[in-house]
Amino acid sequence: MSDALISVRDLTIRFRTDEGLITAVEKVSFDIAPGEILGLVGESGSGKSVTAKSLMRLNGENTVYDPESRITLNVPGETPLEVLSLRRERDMIAIRGGAISMIFQEPMASFAPAITVGRQMVEQLLIHTSLTEAEARELSIEMLARVGIPEPARRFDQYAFEFSGGMRQRAMIAMALSTRPRLLIADEPTTALDVTIQAQVIDLMKDLVAEFGMAILFITHDLGVIAQTADRVAVMYLGRIVETGSVRQVIRAPAHPYTRGLLDALPKLDDLDAELTPIPGDIPSPLNRPSGCVFHTRCPQMIAGVCEGRVPGYTRLGDGHDVACHLYTEQAMEAAR
Amino acid sequence: MSETPETAPPVITARNLTVRYTLGHGLFGRKTHLDAVDNISLSIARGSFFGLVGESGSGKTTLGRALLHAAPISDGEVIYADEEVRYDLRKIGKPELKDYRKRAQMIFQDPYAALSPRMTVRDIIAEPLEVMGLTKSRAETDARVREIAAKCRLNLEHLRRFPHAFSGGQRQRISIARALVSGPRFIVADEAVAALDVSIQADVLNLLKTIQRDMGISFLFISHDLSVVAHVCDHVAVMYLGQLVETAPTRALFARPRHPYTSALLSAIPSLDPDAPKTAEKLEGEIPSPTNPPPGCKFNTRCRFARPECRQSAPALRELASGHRVACHFAEEFDFSRAPQRAAAAPA
Repeated sequence: MSDALISVRDLTIRFRTDEGLITAVEKVSFDIAPGEILGLVGESGSGKSVTAKSLMRLNGENTVYDPESRITLNVPGETPLEVLSLRRERDMIAIRGGAISMIFQEPMASFAPAITVGRQMVEQLLIHTSLTEAEARELSIEMLARVGIPEPARRFDQYAFEFSGGMRQRAMIAMALSTRPRLLIADEPTTALDVTIQAQVIDLMKDLVAEFGMAILFITHDLGVIAQTADRVAVMYLGRIVETGSVRQVIRAPAHPYTRGLLDALPKLDDLDAELTPIPGDIPSPLNRPSGCVFHTRCPQMIAGVCEGRVPGYTRLGDGHDVACHLYTEQAMEAAR
Repeated sequence: MSETPETAPPVITARNLTVRYTLGHGLFGRKTHLDAVDNISLSIARGSFFGLVGESGSGKTTLGRALLHAAPISDGEVIYADEEVRYDLRKIGKPELKDYRKRAQMIFQDPYAALSPRMTVRDIIAEPLEVMGLTKSRAETDARVREIAAKCRLNLEHLRRFPHAFSGGQRQRISIARALVSGPRFIVADEAVAALDVSIQADVLNLLKTIQRDMGISFLFISHDLSVVAHVCDHVAVMYLGQLVETAPTRALFARPRHPYTSALLSAIPSLDPDAPKTAEKLEGEIPSPTNPPPGCKFNTRCRFARPECRQSAPALRELASGHRVACHFAEEFDFSRAPQRAAAAPA
């Protein structure tokens, strides 16, 4: 897709550790168009956050990107930028807080405790924009008001610890959006919040997408949150995208046994008698990546002799709905016979 | 979901329970107080799985701790009773408290923080037995540890390992084994699955339900996740700012919540259906500070139905239907019956 804002191709991320090279993400590809919300779903250890951080080059110094990995940032009207080719720290400004901003699960960790919230907002505006100090202050207060913080001018001079959890999350969103990024990476932004506050933050983020036309990479383990926010969804397991498609395709007609397993394990309010079916076993250690399909060790539909031997390619099931599973390649082969 | 017979005698009875903390001195030496638990009365039937929900800061954890004699009871009473003993927790003496610790246990949220990294799994599970002097020999301890570990579906060959070798789900099973080893009759599970991935959460919930059924243990299940509570609990209580606003059998509560707060909580749960109609009611603002609760009904600042009366007098918890109690002046006027949600399509 040429109109993608960010295009990730064959992204493979490894970490050098004492135990050797560990693969965290393997051959991950996806696009995000301007104004689109892509949900990235998976269990802890699936590589969601590592993938997201690579877009801003925020992974540690022991990170190794495979040579064929490509991350291309294509801001309309600007020269495309190869994110993984950036070498100097000062060039990273373009992706860190410039075209891309990130919000995290724990907002307290994102604010310096001894600097006022307003000071931190102004500081990043001075780095990334040509605003004067006074203009930056004005814009910051305006953004705080925009995300629904009462008395923004007074709050501007307060410290993060004086804010409640929900308010801190809003302030972080205000700060991330004040530089008008093209892409917002939201890493579990509502996980630590109560449902009532979560509903407010989700509505706020959707309003802001409509208003500013930015794209969001929304990372979460909560499929309900994805259903209510995202346009498309990619399901990750042990560093690989196993299924991707529109939210309706993936949630209504999940194709990969792992996606089905996630949905079956979820308690549903409209069917209180449904058994909760756990996915058998635990996610394997990245030190001990299964051969072939990474999910075969836990898959109820494992085909012996096939799944442990070969890595499944993607099969297209519908418009933009792709699944990496041998069940579908086998079916396709049988149909062809 | 199994319903507990309404006739089962209570394992826990709280009457007008208040847990008050003093927060130091304000202007002119006036003391400020925080009623983390404010005049709560409830009873938990023997063998039931009793859910407690509410936002953070509502006092769920403090209530759970007070029932375990781990938070100070400032006012009111808590009675524990099983087939053998009956304790009034406010007047309980040292030897009885020691016995109560054996009968009432707790499971915590974070399975990473709850287990000592320097102890083997065997020692972690055996520690309560040794501290409480429940076994006479090492052989007896080992037998008991293996029996409980098997019940919690732990691999017995892993007993000599250290917790760091285990995943979150396995660690939580270790925590559960440790809570079970003293043979408790009542367990407070405080956000016991909140830190787990959904695939593992289902496994731990199923384990807790099996324990309840097979061993007849009563649970107080504290959670902020209403869909989890709906699935595992037979009775639910909703807390707001230290008070109970509604309590009912699970089905009755979820089919027809009678308190505006319960209804708002339910409508805030993101639906799995991408085309679900936008939730009509949205709770504005945040939970007020418990040091300075609003007068009258504590929920009036966020209630879309609030009337002048709500700002003047606090509604009492009253029974609307069998076992369904609600604290709202106008509960009769509200019908929050939930039209059955369109189901997310079953897997193809």
